[in-house]
Amino acid sequence: MTLNMGPQHPSTHGVLRVALELDGETVVEARPMIGYLHTGMEKQAEYKTYTQSIPQTDRMDYLAPMSNNLGLCLAAEKLLGIEAPERAQVVRVLLTELTRISAHCVWLGTHALDIGAMTVFFYCFREREKVLSIYEQVCGARLTASYFRVGGLAMDIPEGFLDRCQKFVDEMPAHVNEYEKLLSKNPIWLARLKGVALLSKADAIALGATGPVLRGSGVSWDLRKAQPYSGYDQYDFEIPTGETGDAYDRYTVRVQELRQSTRIAAQAIQKLRQLGGKGDYRLRDYKYVLPPKEDVKTSMEALIHHFKIVAHGFFPPVGEAYQAIEAPKGELGFYLVSDGTPRPWRMKVRSPSFVHLQTLPSMIRGRLVADVITAIGSIDIVLGEVDR
Amino acid sequence: MTVLAPERIEERLRVRFPEAAIRRQTGEAVRDVTLYVPADRLVEICTFLRDDPELDFAMLSWIAGVDWLPRDPRFEVVYGLLSLSRNARITLKVAVGEENPRVPSVVGVWPTADWHERETFDFYGIEFAGHPSLTRILLPEDWVGWPLRKDSPLGYEEVAFTHNTPGRILPDPGLKKLAPKKVRYRAH
Amino acid sequence: MTDEKNPNPFRTLAEPPRIATLAPGMSEEDSIREELERGILFTSVEKVVNWARANAIWPLGFGLACCAIEMMAIVGPRFDVSRFGAEVFRASPRQADLMIVAGRVSIKMAPVLRQLYDQMPDPKWVISMGACASCGGVFNNYAILQGVDKIVPVDVYVPGCPPRPEALIHGIMKLQEKILSSRVEIGPVPPKKKKSRKAVA
Repeated sequence: MTLNMGPQHPSTHGVLRVALELDGETVVEARPMIGYLHTGMEKQAEYKTYTQSIPQTDRMDYLAPMSNNLGLCLAAEKLLGIEAPERAQVVRVLLTELTRISAHCVWLGTHALDIGAMTVFFYCFREREKVLSIYEQVCGARLTASYFRVGGLAMDIPEGFLDRCQKFVDEMPAHVNEYEKLLSKNPIWLARLKGVALLSKADAIALGATGPVLRGSGVSWDLRKAQPYSGYDQYDFEIPTGETGDAYDRYTVRVQELRQSTRIAAQAIQKLRQLGGKGDYRLRDYKYVLPPKEDVKTSMEALIHHFKIVAHGFFPPVGEAYQAIEAPKGELGFYLVSDGTPRPWRMKVRSPSFVHLQTLPSMIRGRLVADVITAIGSIDIVLGEVDR
Repeated sequence: MTVLAPERIEERLRVRFPEAAIRRQTGEAVRDVTLYVPADRLVEICTFLRDDPELDFAMLSWIAGVDWLPRDPRFEVVYGLLSLSRNARITLKVAVGEENPRVPSVVGVWPTADWHERETFDFYGIEFAGHPSLTRILLPEDWVGWPLRKDSPLGYEEVAFTHNTPGRILPDPGLKKLAPKKVRYRAH
Repeated sequence: MTDEKNPNPFRTLAEPPRIATLAPGMSEEDSIREELERGILFTSVEKVVNWARANAIWPLGFGLACCAIEMMAIVGPRFDVSRFGAEVFRASPRQADLMIVAGRVSIKMAPVLRQLYDQMPDPKWVISMGACASCGGVFNNYAILQGVDKIVPVDVYVPGCPPRPEALIHGIMKLQEKILSSRVEIGPVPPKKKKSRKAVA
């Protein structure tokens, strides 16, 4: 029997369509069909400047918007050959780790909701609201932040931001304990997740899995440690790794990542306090980066640069660059091809969810229908990223 | 982890495939090591890169198509490879002409290439020989055209304002405004 | 409309119901209270039906993109939509009466959306949440439908990218007002009687 798990389904986390071939309750074959949220972002990026594409990236993995922004900004900075100043890098790390916490909270809440544990959903969204208030304080928007720019940040961090982050970071470990108390040794949770949706190490590498999916299968690979960006080599954290590659391992990996992210965020706050108020939040390379407003109002060159950058955009050199970051879902990469004009010739987004969705058939072949929901939840896909 | 230098990769490739036309892409801002490889040797080169113990490019990270419209060959298919054990990345490029754009598929080497190639086919119309089921993936199945080609339009729809909607009928100022039904009970 | 003088919502009627038992010296308030204690309230079927429909809207879980996350946030503890009777997000369109189109509608999804709308039973309403559903939003290109009102009739547009959960709740409240002030037809429309010209043999 062919069963269509349609684009509108409460558990598909978006508009994913899976055509299941069933034999009774056993899945013989699963064919995910995507494209129901295709937005043409890559085509549209060819008609917009690099800075204008940053809001587009917010809408890709909409659970971790600042991560996407970071990916594009780092790729553009790699292409230009510039680096953001230290203060900007520390703020970027802080906000990206808070993003990771909020994305994993949504994942845990919705995954638990699919399995049937509804309380966790409310607890996780309560934490997420705190992170969204922090976002709102720093850039004005709860979800679609667009706070990072090529060369640094859009604005400096406001007063009271560090205290708020500190408060959140102090409270978070207790909340993670709460989630673990609810789920980790829960017999229903164990029965639904242990041994389900297995992905072996060889399969994971062959199918291109990265991030928690790869780490759940036993490969200790994290881009923050292997190919560090934005100053991640200065922070002290561990990479949680699973053993068997089942859904329970991926759950454990992500919950441990919540703890590690809290640790990194605490270190970042510490660093920012040490830096004091000193340090630029944007690079002072006016050829590519907007000068600060005080300079625009006093210096003539800054005014002209501001005009050029706002009216046309900056002119990168002819070339190409690929920069990958460790997004909450996996390896998010941006491949930018530039032809010297302010608009990229090609922007390709290597999105982790697109690649992970290919692992779905191999995970659930021969398993029961209920395991399909567990599998989709445990690989943590966001359709905005899959379809772009 | 021994660090693998990019030059070593190129060296090993040339040693293994001396007659293949492999050249390195040069450019002021080409920030990654990029090698142009011929299309007919692609699968062999990829198999070698994956299986060679010193190189060990076990993961295919991404495949992209690029359309360089006024240039010939028009298309490029770019492969990003990642070696986990050697912590190295390399980019391969295959140049494809405009008439009959065909590239051998690397699905046999890395199964993850399946959807990447379907996406490149969907966007550019480049066919991958040997792909199990090359169909559209992101656009509807009956879509005509290759949207990411440079000669395909963006599909921008003109937003209707008063100044660009000719013959728009404005409401008659003498028209009596219909009074809404009075709400006796509000929700709050 | 509640004001300080009349905190009781059931009292805001333009013409208060006629109470037969208005004894001299007895105020209207007392008489209504007496009626309520007897368990009787005078109103019209239309008002009751509208009141029931407005305060128990069951949305269809139709989150497409980023706006879906803000829609999930209204179910969360901070912006509680169950105060308005709408926390029961139905999975099946056959059981829902409100479709909140939350997110960008791609051309591949448009026929699916129309089919879901057709599968919803009457009375049904549509809230177009966010800029992408209302008019195409940030994305004006080949892949996105420029406004969901091209395929379904929309009752309330909630702008924003994404709209804050409070904005969506404001939209739901506006929809409730719309429902409260709408006409209700009770029962089937009687068929027109055709004058029979058949000669009786």
